[in-house]
Amino acid sequence: MTLPLGDLVAIIPELIVATVACLVLVLDPITPPSRTHWLAWLSVASLVACFGITVSRMDATVTAFSDLMILDPYAGYWKLLLYVVTALTILLSLAYLRVERIHLGEYYGLILLSLAGMMIMVSAADLLVIYLGTELMSLSLYVLAGFKRFEVRSLEASAKYFVLGSFSSGILLYGISLLFGVAGSTRLSAIAAAVGTHGLDDPALLFAMILLVVGFGFKIAVVPFHMWTPDVYEGSPTSVTAFMAVASKAASFAAFLRVFLEGLGGLREKWYALFLVICVATLILGNVVAIVQTNIKRMLAYSSIAHAGYALIGVVVAGQAAADNETRALGLSSVMLYLAMYAFMTFGAFAVVALLRKGGLEGEEIEDFTGLAKRQPLAALLMLVFMVSLAGIPPTAGFIGKLYVFMAAVNAGLTWLAVVAVLLTAVSAYYYLRVVMVMYMREPDPSAGLVSRLTTSPALTLVLASAFAGVILLGLFPDPLVSITTSAVLPFK
Amino acid sequence: MFEVGVKIAVSLTQISIVMGVVLLTVMFLTLAERKVIGWMQDRMGPMEVGPYGILQPIADGLKLFFKEDIIPSGANKYLFTLAPIIALVAALVGFAVIPFGPNMRVDVFGVQVQPFVISDINIGILYILAFTSIGAYGIILGGWASNSKYSLLGGLRAAAQLISYELNVGLAIVGVLLLAGSLSLVKITEDQCCWIWNWFWLAVPRGGGVPIPQILAFVVFVISAVAETNRLPFDLPEAESELVAGFFTEYSGMRFAFFFLAEYANMILVSCIAAALFLGGWNAPAPFLQFHGSLEHLAWLSGIMWFAVKVYFFLFLFFWIRATLPRLRYDQLMRFGWKVMLPIALGNIVVTAIAAYFFPR
Amino acid sequence: MVPVFFSYFSLVSILAGVLTVALPNPVHCGLALLTLLLHVAGLFLLLNAEFLFVIQIIVYAGAIVVLYLFVLMLLNLKTDERVLHHRYAVILVAAAAICGGLLLMALRSPFQGAKGHAPVEAVLQDGGSYAIGITIFNEYLLQFEIVGVFLLGAIIGAIVLAKTPTAVDVEPE
Repeated sequence: MTLPLGDLVAIIPELIVATVACLVLVLDPITPPSRTHWLAWLSVASLVACFGITVSRMDATVTAFSDLMILDPYAGYWKLLLYVVTALTILLSLAYLRVERIHLGEYYGLILLSLAGMMIMVSAADLLVIYLGTELMSLSLYVLAGFKRFEVRSLEASAKYFVLGSFSSGILLYGISLLFGVAGSTRLSAIAAAVGTHGLDDPALLFAMILLVVGFGFKIAVVPFHMWTPDVYEGSPTSVTAFMAVASKAASFAAFLRVFLEGLGGLREKWYALFLVICVATLILGNVVAIVQTNIKRMLAYSSIAHAGYALIGVVVAGQAAADNETRALGLSSVMLYLAMYAFMTFGAFAVVALLRKGGLEGEEIEDFTGLAKRQPLAALLMLVFMVSLAGIPPTAGFIGKLYVFMAAVNAGLTWLAVVAVLLTAVSAYYYLRVVMVMYMREPDPSAGLVSRLTTSPALTLVLASAFAGVILLGLFPDPLVSITTSAVLPFK
Repeated sequence: MFEVGVKIAVSLTQISIVMGVVLLTVMFLTLAERKVIGWMQDRMGPMEVGPYGILQPIADGLKLFFKEDIIPSGANKYLFTLAPIIALVAALVGFAVIPFGPNMRVDVFGVQVQPFVISDINIGILYILAFTSIGAYGIILGGWASNSKYSLLGGLRAAAQLISYELNVGLAIVGVLLLAGSLSLVKITEDQCCWIWNWFWLAVPRGGGVPIPQILAFVVFVISAVAETNRLPFDLPEAESELVAGFFTEYSGMRFAFFFLAEYANMILVSCIAAALFLGGWNAPAPFLQFHGSLEHLAWLSGIMWFAVKVYFFLFLFFWIRATLPRLRYDQLMRFGWKVMLPIALGNIVVTAIAAYFFPR
Repeated sequence: MVPVFFSYFSLVSILAGVLTVALPNPVHCGLALLTLLLHVAGLFLLLNAEFLFVIQIIVYAGAIVVLYLFVLMLLNLKTDERVLHHRYAVILVAAAAICGGLLLMALRSPFQGAKGHAPVEAVLQDGGSYAIGITIFNEYLLQFEIVGVFLLGAIIGAIVLAKTPTAVDVEPE
């Protein structure tokens, strides 16, 4: 047996991330506690290297390990997004972990392992590999969710996430094994061929498809598979919540789209209707339930559910059987665009929440933001921008993202869906702007004893500045990103 | 149809012979253990029943047979009955793949049979590991079903200990498997022909070459095997000074005898495995030490003899260790298993794998 | 002969699977799970996959279920807390009906399933363990390595969660 050298070269970024993850885990015990941040900088450095490598390979499509992995522009795009989010998470964690008194170097190792799983997910062209990538990602997240081990909420989040996550993985696996039974292979290409030869009415295929929808539905947290989201997002350390809400959702969307468009593309007239229902339900439930939340992390959790609904509009367009390939490509690129925008604004919002958390003060209730504009004008301004962007108001990234998704829907003749979504966006403005209102319209209440100290560090400043820049720049000059997403869509056959 | 009939008849004969020998050996072992330990402690051991006490095992057996069979109140009756059966069956089933003598074929009514192994399956050693792990259920279920604190604690200790040390047993044999390139005990033993240094504990290749000794694996295997059979100094599950008698505190009569038989049968089984894997099984230490020349056709007899010698050496080792070493504390037991034995076994695999890659046999 | 064994193994598997979730005593559930795993191992044997048969017993029966039972016996759960509640019966019936319908649908699939590339002759030629080894380290090498990384993460995660919080962690500001 010879080592497949060419294949190894093709997956160098994955290898770097996995190796550095192991390195961090090994170095952790021999690093003095006061120097733990070196491990974080090592991790960021490896991400920068991976970023460079992936950018240099953006244009080529390479397959490796006899078609198990496919390194195409689509995967490259997602990987770039994941590198950025992971780097931001690590930088955010530097300050956050110090405040939370979590002195465990394993944290960075697990973040990188999770990233390795996500990278495998986005560039896998085989259901088994996708499944293993999903598991690697989720497993690290289960542990990270429980990192505040002396806090019951965190442990509860970890346990809940673990139980429901493994349950959904099991369902995913049932679907995969049924598909394997039908196609005799777990390769997406083989499954696409099997769908072609067996026609649309094969019950085994349909059953497998439903199971896959359920399995992936859990991972991207859409209604009715969203129940775990608020509890887990609330209980986990805020830096981990940000990572979960952004990176894990993006990676799951990437894998999910590849499976359904490439592997089960032939079945799209079957899954199209299913997604339409899920999409509308997600939009309504996410936006409506978010209104009554008093905890900002729970509110952001429901908001992330709602945003998954907006992204699903693009998926629905991409899966429309009647539409031509150009319209479907527009739908797909709008999903990719939307999730990038979503990444910056959601990450920014969580970063501000993390910033305000300090010692005994739980900067987590929306009430805690009362009069923030007076106490911390800069933090309030940042929160304002992120909230405005989440609500989809110009000139921010959130507006552009929604615009492209709605445009895609209208193009595909789904005007009613666009109208529903716009109406629900108006609903969402209520709860996003309520935070702004609390910050700016109310006087700080001295009796509440809210401490106005901020957790600041150069790394945190960098995080907030990048998220802020991302939201504003992408809102004002979306063209470069739009052209990247348009060139990176999956080829439609 | 005739062929199947002959095969079944031959198998049944083999099984009854092996079972008979094993059970006789167990009887003999109970006496031998008491005698050997007696001598080591400078006393006589059993002397009353028969000359020099040689009928003691029969007396013991009769006593157990006629003893009142007690099921404690609150015990789970079915599991309480099932547990000793599981333990004994799991211990006896392993003998099916042990090669007791040379790999030869004999023609019985036109059907080729291997007389000295009941079944030469190509996953032999894994089969034994599988059924040894089933044996653990006998112990933990017995402990749980007795509805007694001592039993439960003994059963739980046994579960933790068996899992920990089974891992070491499994890893210790990997080196041998790498060298032999087979999981079948017959093939592994055949590979260790002819001289004492060709046995896998030194593992000099037959035609000369680089030796890849498995002596470390051998040591790990023997120590872990002692722990797996719950023998002193690893008899925590039945430590009488702490737990009365551990998982079989509540057992009496024939059920107790089953556990007892299972423990000794397991001792014989691991001795057989150790002999077959590391000490060349039926192979004589040197070609001239087996029947040759005019007695060539009796070579199998010397093979069985050598196998028996090796097995009895290990059985003696069991007694010897028991008479010599004090019992470990529970945390020492676990630390020893996970922090000493496991790294050695893993290191041995790494070294052996690299060596076997560069110096293929 | 094979159909007889197959029916035995599959029927007992199904029965044991049902008992695993339906029995009131958790330890009995664990034993039902053990029965299930052993009979599934028997199915592997019928497929000439003797290596899988043994690995299934060693890994699942020998290690995993033992640990389940270990924990269950330590916790000593009260029986009545675990019995299926009667008010769930309606939901249970509905769920069973839906699952049954879907299964029936899947079984009526006109397609018989792919044959795979490990026919009996190929396995018998070199032995199951050899065939599995070659397949794992060629065709499934990447998956194998990912599983390795995955297990590393699992071990580290278990240790992180199990470590008692140090004094530094709980000290208030």
